[in-house]
Amino acid sequence: MTVTQPAPALPSPELAEPRRLLRRPTSPRGAWAWMTSIDHKKIGILYGVTSFVFFLLGGLEALALRVQLGTPDNTFLSPEAYNQMFTMHGTTMVFMVIMPLSAAFVNYLLPLMIGARDVAFPRLNAFSYWVFLFGGLFTYSSFFLGGAPNGGWFGYQPLGRNMSGHNIDYWVFGLQILGIASLTGAINLIVTIINLRAPGMSLMRMPIFVWMSLVVQFLLLFALPIITVALFLLMFDRLFATNFFNINAGADPLLWQHLFWLFGHPEVYILILPAMGIVSEILPVFSRKPLFGYRVMVFSGIAIGFMGWGVWAHHMFATGIGPVALSAFAASTMFIAVPTGVKIFNWISTLWKGKIRITVPLLFAVGFVAMFTIGGLSGVTHAVVPSDTQQTDTYYIVAHFHYVLFGGSMFGLFGGAYYWWPKVRGHLLNERVGKLHFWLMFLGFNMTFAPFHLLGLQGMPRRVYTYPTGQGWDFWNFVASIGSFVIAASVLVFMYNVWASRKNPKAGPDPWDARTLEWSAASPPAEYNFAEIPVVTSLDDVWHRKYTEDERGRPVLRERRTDAEAHEVASADEPEERPDIHMPSPSYWPIFTALGLPIISYGMIYKSWIPAALGGIWTLAGIYAWALEPQTAPGGHGHDDHGEGHGAAGGPEGHAGSGSGDGDATPGDPEPEPVPAGDPA
Amino acid sequence: MRRIGWRAQGGRAALVSLAAVVLAGCAKVAPQTTLEPKGPIARQIDNLIDPVFIVAGVVFVLVQALVVIAVLKFRDRGQEEPEQIHGNTALEIGWTLVPAVILLLIAVPTIKTIFDLSRPAEASDTLEVTVTGHQFWWEYLYEDSGVLSANELVIPTGRPVELTLKSVDVIHSYWIPALAGKTDVIPGRVNRMTVVADEPGEYPGQCTEYCGASHANMRNVARALDAADFEEWLAAQQRGPATPAEGSAAAEGLEVYGNRGCAGCHTITGVSEGKVGPNLTHFADRGTFAGSIFENNGENLTRWLTDPQAAKPGNQMVIPGVPLTPEEIEQLIAYLETLK
Repeated sequence: MTVTQPAPALPSPELAEPRRLLRRPTSPRGAWAWMTSIDHKKIGILYGVTSFVFFLLGGLEALALRVQLGTPDNTFLSPEAYNQMFTMHGTTMVFMVIMPLSAAFVNYLLPLMIGARDVAFPRLNAFSYWVFLFGGLFTYSSFFLGGAPNGGWFGYQPLGRNMSGHNIDYWVFGLQILGIASLTGAINLIVTIINLRAPGMSLMRMPIFVWMSLVVQFLLLFALPIITVALFLLMFDRLFATNFFNINAGADPLLWQHLFWLFGHPEVYILILPAMGIVSEILPVFSRKPLFGYRVMVFSGIAIGFMGWGVWAHHMFATGIGPVALSAFAASTMFIAVPTGVKIFNWISTLWKGKIRITVPLLFAVGFVAMFTIGGLSGVTHAVVPSDTQQTDTYYIVAHFHYVLFGGSMFGLFGGAYYWWPKVRGHLLNERVGKLHFWLMFLGFNMTFAPFHLLGLQGMPRRVYTYPTGQGWDFWNFVASIGSFVIAASVLVFMYNVWASRKNPKAGPDPWDARTLEWSAASPPAEYNFAEIPVVTSLDDVWHRKYTEDERGRPVLRERRTDAEAHEVASADEPEERPDIHMPSPSYWPIFTALGLPIISYGMIYKSWIPAALGGIWTLAGIYAWALEPQTAPGGHGHDDHGEGHGAAGGPEGHAGSGSGDGDATPGDPEPEPVPAGDPA
Repeated sequence: MRRIGWRAQGGRAALVSLAAVVLAGCAKVAPQTTLEPKGPIARQIDNLIDPVFIVAGVVFVLVQALVVIAVLKFRDRGQEEPEQIHGNTALEIGWTLVPAVILLLIAVPTIKTIFDLSRPAEASDTLEVTVTGHQFWWEYLYEDSGVLSANELVIPTGRPVELTLKSVDVIHSYWIPALAGKTDVIPGRVNRMTVVADEPGEYPGQCTEYCGASHANMRNVARALDAADFEEWLAAQQRGPATPAEGSAAAEGLEVYGNRGCAGCHTITGVSEGKVGPNLTHFADRGTFAGSIFENNGENLTRWLTDPQAAKPGNQMVIPGVPLTPEEIEQLIAYLETLK
């Protein structure tokens, strides 16, 4: 079903042009286009590529750890180097890989899935990405500036407070910068979901991935301030000799643990829920059945989001918090398994009685269900507090959370990459190579992490750089180390697949015969996503445009081409330029403003107050220029477009003036020429 | 054909994983294992977890079987389009309630055991030991007798040993898997735990909270002795240190101990009162040293005294001024070996 045609363009009122600090960026392609782009799709691609690079770095760190632990009494890494490696491996994979990789999917897909033209605040979106990139680079620069953080990703106090060198400072500032990226992103995406849905897309018609993303953004919104507080206290201890974690001045080290895990446990759901959403999109498409129990899936996701706030002390079962607290957190930890279990059974029911096409996305999604189940079950065994006192801080825990975060999140994200690749790049990835990738990764993953269960039960602690022979740990450590190289090989296969598939034929807008709105846009979508904002009449709207059901409830292809299908075909041939659709213009200010944050941080770490102040001025200048920058590039076409007839749901341009001074939500102009999305320079 | 080939490869991968799990059953000698309790407390924990593992195992098999059956049975073989099932309220309520009931059944004994284990031992013959965590070794103070020792916790069999846990620097965690679960050792706080050993023997353990560069090298051993042997040991510990014979290598060693800075950090009753490192009054009684990572023998001591930082990176032992000469090391070892 289509919507009313856009009204003829009207000239927009002349904007008073403020003094210009820089000319508005206009390059349609090349590096400048990427650096100034505020197109959610380009930013999504930037997020994806950047976090994949960090994934490779974190993976190399993991390989170094596994080489060191492959044999007893090994000397491949010094203890100091090992401690830096495991700290950076954890920090990287959590904050620079799974979170931003999820952000890549959300950024790219969310506006498409809800029928919007961009996110609510496109410049803020660009700002989030650049802050993430600079935060990651800043943290990694520590390797060249005296050594990487070495206090563990969990940064327990007073160990971190008392460590010499600047290693921990890089961690403290790096995480604060990365937190800004996630926090601004969370606000942006919440506003987008709440305000920019296409007409007819009620909350209970939103794709499940959008729902899970919404839950995650709220978790981020409330969890990040907590770790920021903790990091802020630690920063003051380290820079200005305050006593928040000074034991000799009466500090209680459990303060840090409560703050960290009150952030850290919702963080686990921040890492897993997007992947759950992806899997919930993939399984129905390849089973050719709707998601089993959509409403229950939505509510269980929300339930996980809420309950996730009440389980943090299960990270602290050995700290001596007393039997009442132990019992309460044991119970809450057990019962968070209920909504999780519901999801698993609903996924299996989605497959059940389907017509399952065993493609690479499906394999990864099924792999997710299988591996995540293992992580969930070992999670329940941790909830049995007395038994957890034997397991905590052993490799059993390491096994558990790798089953959740790698077998879970990463499998889901890889599945999503295969599934949406044709949407982003216009062509499919090679299925045969993809299957090799999946099976190698599945094998390597289990070879690496299944033995960790045994090592943990046999008493091998975490975070040890070496172990003596004669503990019975040699064999499984060796197997795990081999497995880690199998995983590395599978990642190379994936990279080969990306390269080898680059000239695959065009896949068209809907190669999988899928269900959700993004498949009605061109592949890759035009800069404005939808020439006409779709009107949504049901859950899985695109599917219902294509199929009706016979009397036995089986899908039957609609015979007559409906308007919707005609629209689909049209989408594929959408012209790149639609002067009547105006998008916000590119801007230098997001990247400029973001660059100030690492400058402030370097200055603070080395107590060089002048550079720190200059960084602050830099950021303030950026914010000021940003605020003064007109949303519409002067001299552009200056169209306005109030003819869509469905008000606030029409995309960013439908929100003129609602940006409370941010200005991002107001119309821009199609200058420079729209660039084909999904074309990384 | 090709599809079948890939599927066969998947089957092989599954087989390898299965073989891995089966092989796992045949655990080799693992002295630090959590699965072979050697005392009533560890056994209580083990009795709780065994049924949980069984339940988890059943759920594991059930879910994995359903996943595999679903994918194989309903794969696209050209069958007609599937019925569009949107859900089933009864089923969904069912698999909300059934796991909840199973978890409730696990929660009850869990909470009972939590409270059981949190009560201090009621026995009249409890032995009180204060355990102090240092980077990267453990110190033991036997409260009744004032005996101060390190690394090896010597305990009597059959008697509950109440450990009071303190730390002088950062968070450590005290753990002897065969005897009890771990408890964190937190500076500024006092935690308690109880260990009981049934039989005489040596039970290894290890610090399990990341505590700095040599966290991996912070080990410990519980040496359980029967009642008579324990009393004998305790009596021996209360005596003063051996005095080396005039003119012996050990006497030279005592000189080195005094001249080269050892005395600044270590206590030997009546000789020195340093508080930084372990008490050495009965050093030769211990089977291990340096956080129980080295067997106590001449070869290891030579290595240790030659360059303690190389032997255990990041530890706090420094030899002031120039390194010890081989001769000095030999003399020191001769002295240390007299400290039975």
